[in-house]
Amino acid sequence: MAYIDPHIHMVSRTTDDYRRMAEAGCVAITEPAFWAGFDRSSPAGFADYFRQLTQVEPRRAAAYGIDHYCWLCINPKEAEDPVFAREVIALVPEFLKAENVLCIGEIGLNKNSKNELVILEEQIELAKRHNQMILVHTPHLEDKLKGTRLTMDALANAGIDPGRVLIDHVEEHTVAEVLDRGFWAGMTLYPDSKCTPQRAVDIIECYGNERIWINSAGDWGPSDPLSVPKCHREMRRRGHERSLAEKISLANPVAFLSQSPAFKLPSGVRLPA
Amino acid sequence: MPNPTCPLDAGQAVDLYFMEHRAKLLDIAAFLDRVERSSGEAAGDDVRIRALKKAVPLLIDGEGQRVRRMLELFSDHTSEPIPAAHSQGAIGVDPQGSY
Repeated sequence: MAYIDPHIHMVSRTTDDYRRMAEAGCVAITEPAFWAGFDRSSPAGFADYFRQLTQVEPRRAAAYGIDHYCWLCINPKEAEDPVFAREVIALVPEFLKAENVLCIGEIGLNKNSKNELVILEEQIELAKRHNQMILVHTPHLEDKLKGTRLTMDALANAGIDPGRVLIDHVEEHTVAEVLDRGFWAGMTLYPDSKCTPQRAVDIIECYGNERIWINSAGDWGPSDPLSVPKCHREMRRRGHERSLAEKISLANPVAFLSQSPAFKLPSGVRLPA
Repeated sequence: MPNPTCPLDAGQAVDLYFMEHRAKLLDIAAFLDRVERSSGEAAGDDVRIRALKKAVPLLIDGEGQRVRRMLELFSDHTSEPIPAAHSQGAIGVDPQGSY
C-alpha cells in the first residue's frame, strides 16, 4: 500500500532505511527541522543543516522513488538562548524559497520556559508573514499536557487558522483538546515513549479518523522507520478495512499537506475514493 | 468524540493480546523487585517509583480511560511558563507532583 510518513528525520537514518521504506510502500516523506542530539555551536551549523534538508536529502530519497519535503525552524531544545535563536530564525526566509520546503516546523516547546515561548511566538509570526503552515512539536512526557495547551493558546492568540497547523506527538491526554480546537493531530509511533502502534489504533477507534495521521518520527534515538506500515498491520490484525490505513496515511496527509503549494501528489499515486 | 469502536469482540481481543500484556505486567513486577534488591537509597523515595505505584490502582478501578488518566497523573498541571529551562530532558513524571 502506498503511504506517506509525514514526520521522519532522515538525516539520522541510513540509505538502507530509504530502501526498506520504499519496499514497504513509502512514496513521500516530510522531514521537520529538529534537535540533532547535541546543541549546535553556531548559526552556521544550522545553515549547513538547512542545506542538507533542502539539497542532500531530496537526492537520497529520489534514488528510491520517494518524494522528500521538509519544514524549517529552530527547534525548541535550542531555543532557550533568544539571541542565538533569532540568528537562526533569520536564516529561514532564504531557505523557504527551496522547492521542497513545505512550511515552518517543528516549532513548539520543550521544557515550557519563558524563552522557549517567546521564540515560539516569533516563529509563529514568521509563518504568518510568509503565509506558511505550521508543524508543532509538543514536549515529552510530563511536560506534554502543559506545553500542548500553551502552544495552542499562542497559536490562537496570533490568529492562526488551526486547520493549517498540525500538532504532533499527541497522546491520549492531549488528542481530544487538539481536535476539539480545530487543529490537525499527529501520532508518533515510538517503542518506549509516545504511542505504540496498538495505542495509535486505539486512539483512532476512540477519536475518529478525521484530521489525524501517524508518523514514525524516526531519528537518532530508539525509533523505527517502518513503524507506519507496522501500524497498518495492527489495523488489519483487528479487522479494520484497508481503507482505514489509506485514509490515515495517504488521504489525510495529502489533504493537509496540499495546503502548501510546494506539495505535489506523488507520481502514480491515486487517492482512495 | 465519535462512538468508540473496535472490530474485535472482547473474547477475540483477549485472545489476541493477553500473552503480550501478561508479559508486560510481569516486567513491571520484576522491575519493582529489581529496584528493591538494588543497593543505595530507598527506592520508595524516588518520585518516579512513587508515581508508578500511584498509577497501578488505575488499572483495576473499573473507570475506563486508563491511559488518559495515567498520563494526566504523570503530567505537570501548572499553567505558567517556567522562568528558564535548566535541562533539556524529561523524567517521565512531574518532579513536583504529589505522589
